[in-house]
Amino acid sequence: MSVQKREVLPVKNSNDVVLARQKVRQLAVELRFSLVDQTKLVTAASELARNALDHGKGGSMTVEVIVNGARSGLKMVFEDQGPGIANIEDALKDGFTTGNGMGLGLGGSKRLVNDFSIETEVGKGTRITAVRWK
Amino acid sequence: MERIPVLRMGSLLLITIQVDMHDKLALQLQDDVTERISDWGSTGVLIDISSLEIVDSFIGRMLANIAGMSRVLGAETVVVGMQPAVAITLVELGMSLTGVRTALSVEAGMELLYGNSITGSEDERTEA
Ligand SMILES: Nc1ncnc2c1ncn2[C@@H]1O[C@H](COP(=O)(O)OP(=O)(O)OP(=O)(O)O)[C@@H](O)[C@H]1O
Ligand SMILES: [Mg+2]
Repeated sequence: MSVQKREVLPVKNSNDVVLARQKVRQLAVELRFSLVDQTKLVTAASELARNALDHGKGGSMTVEVIVNGARSGLKMVFEDQGPGIANIEDALKDGFTTGNGMGLGLGGSKRLVNDFSIETEVGKGTRITAVRWK
Repeated sequence: MERIPVLRMGSLLLITIQVDMHDKLALQLQDDVTERISDWGSTGVLIDISSLEIVDSFIGRMLANIAGMSRVLGAETVVVGMQPAVAITLVELGMSLTGVRTALSVEAGMELLYGNSITGSEDERTEA
């Protein structure tokens, strides 16, 4: 698997979430994802960036255009040094929230991509990786 | 401060969301809508989201909040113009927008609201 392009953006305030969405849209268009797939990628990015900001005290988003044989895809990695997630299984459940949200962002963005993984340590931070293949 | 305009159309309010929403703007809009409903006695709220390229859980919650608060004040909310790709994604995200009625266009939304104020029927309800 090779990385064709990599960009790192800060996620420190609510305007950064807007910029993160725009970057993902731009790369998804470049990769010629369908409009529905673009929308899924941008929506997942919005959810995960907002989580990094609201729950993780801010962090960063790394986006990569990746190629695996004949397949290309968009990989998004959201990292923060926040409190971590104590129970991943709970956090992924629709309706589970420790804030005042609807508890849809995490489980929902998992459904919007093909590959999804969470690495987290309480007190250290969280890294979420999401990939959608063409 | 940047603000989303709330227009008066007879007994209805018309809100067109054209910008990338962020927290302050969303909270301001909720305040503005409830204030206008009680000032003007509006019986319906039309929210045009045709220029929104995504609806995430944040925007979804805002729409549901506006619908909920408006209902308490006696006004029905209809969200109009959701793009098909947005609707598909919203379903996969898991957001059902319960309590929020939707219509394809502003005209269809008006019909729904005016029809509703006379008969109270929910038959024309279209779920995205
Ligand atoms: N980056 C993170 N750091 C720490 N905790 C997180 C992080 N992301 C998610 N969580 C935890 O997982 C829970 C569920 O996240 P999810 O995005 O599904 O819901 P929410 O953000 O609370 O609400 P919504 O996304 O619907 O507005 C959060 O309430 C939070 O406790
Ligand atoms: Mg969330």
